[in-house]
Amino acid sequence: MQFEFDEEQLALQESVRRFLSERYDFESRRGCLATPWGSSDEIWQAFAEQGFLSIGLPEAHGGIGGATELMLTMEEIGRALVLEPYLSTVALCAPLISDQGSEAQQADLLPRVAAGTLKLALAHGEVDARYASTVRTEARRSGDSYVLNGAKSTVLDGALADLLLVSAKVEKGLAVFLVDPTAPGVHVARYRTQDGRSAADVTLKDLKLPASQVLGSGDATTALERAVERGIAALCAEAVGAMEATNAATIEYTKSRKQFGQPIGRFQALQHRMADMFVQATQARSMGILAAGRCAARGNSSDDAALRRRDVSAAKCYVGKAARFVGQQAVQLHGGMGMADELAVSHYFKRLTMIDMTFGDSTHHLGVVSDAILAESSQEEA
Amino acid sequence: MDLEYTNKEKTFRDDIRAFIRQNLSKEVAAKVLEHKRLNREDIIGWHRTLHTRGWSGPTWPKEFGGPGWTAVEQHIFDEECTAAGAPPVIAFGVRMVAPVIMKYGSAAQQQYFLPRILSGEHWWCQGYSEPGAGSDLASLKTTAVRRGDVYVVNGQKTWNTLGHFADWLFLLVRTSSEGRSQEGISFLLVDMKSKGISVRPIALIDGEHEVNEVWLDDVEVPVAQRVGEENKGWTYAKYLLTHERVNIARLGESKRELRSLKGIAARVSSNGRPLIEDVRFRDAIAALEIEIRALEYTVLCVLSAEAAGRDPGAISSALKISGSEIQQTLSELKMRALGPRAIPHIPEALDAGWQGEPDGAEWWAALSGRYFNMRKTSIYSGSNEIQRNIISHRLLGL
Repeated sequence: MQFEFDEEQLALQESVRRFLSERYDFESRRGCLATPWGSSDEIWQAFAEQGFLSIGLPEAHGGIGGATELMLTMEEIGRALVLEPYLSTVALCAPLISDQGSEAQQADLLPRVAAGTLKLALAHGEVDARYASTVRTEARRSGDSYVLNGAKSTVLDGALADLLLVSAKVEKGLAVFLVDPTAPGVHVARYRTQDGRSAADVTLKDLKLPASQVLGSGDATTALERAVERGIAALCAEAVGAMEATNAATIEYTKSRKQFGQPIGRFQALQHRMADMFVQATQARSMGILAAGRCAARGNSSDDAALRRRDVSAAKCYVGKAARFVGQQAVQLHGGMGMADELAVSHYFKRLTMIDMTFGDSTHHLGVVSDAILAESSQEEA
Repeated sequence: MDLEYTNKEKTFRDDIRAFIRQNLSKEVAAKVLEHKRLNREDIIGWHRTLHTRGWSGPTWPKEFGGPGWTAVEQHIFDEECTAAGAPPVIAFGVRMVAPVIMKYGSAAQQQYFLPRILSGEHWWCQGYSEPGAGSDLASLKTTAVRRGDVYVVNGQKTWNTLGHFADWLFLLVRTSSEGRSQEGISFLLVDMKSKGISVRPIALIDGEHEVNEVWLDDVEVPVAQRVGEENKGWTYAKYLLTHERVNIARLGESKRELRSLKGIAARVSSNGRPLIEDVRFRDAIAALEIEIRALEYTVLCVLSAEAAGRDPGAISSALKISGSEIQQTLSELKMRALGPRAIPHIPEALDAGWQGEPDGAEWWAALSGRYFNMRKTSIYSGSNEIQRNIISHRLLGL
C-alpha cells in the first residue's frame, strides 16, 4: 500500500507544469481559442518534442511511463485548461491501439502519435445510447472487406483528428475500425464545444473498408470498455488539476477583492465555502488515484473487472459531483466577475461542467454503483 | 503507487484476525454490532485481553510498551477490530492522555501512569469543556490555586464521557488570569477518588447515560501531578487534540456500518419486496458508499504520506468533517430503512438478551436512538464549523 510518487514521476509532472506555465498561460490559450478548432500545431509539436505525447505508450514504440505518469500529466492539462486533443490521442486512443492493435498497426501508428503527426479520436458513443456503451453502428462483412453504416455522436476532438477509431457491431461482438475522416462515405459534422474545444458527429454511409483497417483481431468489447475506463481515470485527473487551480484562483480573488472595507476572504461564510471546496478537491484527488490504480492493475478475472468497474464509477461519480460543486461555488465567490469571460474562473467552470458530462455524469455512475450493490446483495442471498 | 497491501501487511492482517476470532467474546461482539448497551466490564475486559498480547496501546511506540506498529498497521488493526465488533479502545487513556504524558510528562509520571493505562488498571476521562467554554475552550474558568505542594481546584466541567466508569481525570484548569486566555492554563492529572469530586449524569437525547457533569469543590491535587510547566497547559491540550490524524475519520466503523445498512435494506420489506430493490433507497446507499470510498482513499493517502515522513498537517480537519457527516448519514439511513418501525421507543430492548413485544424490537430498537446520538459527531472534538475555520486559516491562508 503506497500512494507516494517517486522523484522521476514528480519531476515529470513538474516539467509539464513548467512548460505549460511558460508556453500556455491564459493569454496564449486565448489565442488558441480563437483558431477554428481551438488547437495550435506549434504547441502540439512542442508537446512531441518534450516527450509528452509518448507517455503511457509501450516502451517498444518509444513510450515512457505508465498510468501514474499519465495521471500526473492529466492533472497539469487540467490545471492549464489545455484545449489540445491530448485526452483523445494519448489517454484514450493510443492505449486502445496498444491493447487491441496488431504489432504492425502499433508500429505504424504509435510512433506517429509520439512524433505529433497523428491526432486521434475515439468514435464510440451514439446518441440513443446516451451514456451506455450500446453500439448500433454496423459493419457487414463482404469478402475481404467491411461495409459500415451508422452514426457516432459527440466524438470528442473529432473535428481535428487525422484518424478516427470507430466502434461497430460485427458478427461476433464489436470491432474497432481505423477510419480516415476524409474518405468518401464518411461525413464529419464539426463543431465547437461549450468548453472551447471541438468535437464532431460522424456519419458512416456504406463506407467500404478493407479488413486491414480493423484494429487487431477478436472481439474488441473488453478493450473498448477498458479504454473508456482509462478515459474516465484521465478525466478524473484532469478535473483534479482544474479544481486545484480553481480553488487557488478563488482564494486569491477573495484575498484581494474588498467590500465593506475589508477583503471578502475574511468573511466566515466565504471561508467555510472554500473549506468545503478544498475538502472535495482533496477527496477527488484520492478518487482519481484510485481510478488510475484500478485501470493500471493487471488482474483480469471477472472479480477484478467488477471491482474495477465499481471503483472507476465511484471515482467518476465523486469527481463529477465535486467538479460541479467547486465550479459553481468558484463562480459564486467571484461574484459578477465569475460571470465574465475575462477571468479564468468561468473557463474552468465550463470545463469542469463538461468533464462531468463526458463518459457518464455523476447520476449515471451512481447508478452503476447502485446496481453493483443490488447484484452483490442477491449474490449473498444465493 | 500501489493500491494493494504488501504481503507483510496481509500477514499482519491475518494475525490480527486470528487473534480476534479466538479471543473476542461472541456476546460482546453481538452487543457492539447491534448497538446494545455495553457495561464497564465489556469494554475493560477486551482491553485486558488485548493487553495479554501487548496490543492494548495500538498507537504506542515500543519504548513505552506499545507494539510499535506503522501507521498502516494501526489502520489495519483498527479495521479488523471494528469489523469484528470489538468494543472501542478506551480513547481517553490510550489515545489522548498517554501521548501527552509521553511527550510532556515527567519520568515519574511516565513510569507510574503509562503501564497502568496499558493494563487497564486506570480508566481515564476528560475534563476539558465547561458550561461557558465549548468551542472557545481557552475561556475556561475552573481554577487551581497553589497552596504548598498542592493545587486547590474549584469549578465545573461538562460533557465528560463515561466519567462514571473512570479512575483518573485529565483536567484543564486556570492557574493565571494574566495575558491571553490561552496563557494561564495548566494540565493536571487527577484521581477521581479525590475528596470534592462529584459526577452527575446528563440525560442525553437518546435517553442513555454517556456523559456527565463533573463538579470540583476544593479538590486537592499534588503539584507533582501537573504535566509540564505551569501555565503552559494550552500547548499540551492542543497537542492532544491534534495528535490523532486518522482515527478521527472513523473509517473502520463506517465501513462496518455500511455493510450493516445493506444487510438491513435486504432484510426489510417494502410492499412485499426487499427494500434494497427500491432504486431510490438503494441510490442513497450507493451515494454513501462512494463518499466512504473517497474518505478511505484519502485516509490511505494520508497514511502513505506519514509513512514517507511527510507531515500531512491540518488535513485531519477534512477527515473529521467527512468522517462525521458519513457517520451521521449512515445512522440516518439505517433508521429510515426501518420505515414506520423507526417510531417505537423500546429502551429495554437495548439490553442484550431482551425478548418481548413488539416483534423484532431486539434488532431494530436501537437504530433511531443511534441516529439521534450520532448528531454529536459534528459537534464534538472541535465542531465541524471549527474544523472549517482551521482549514481556511491553516491550509488556505485566509
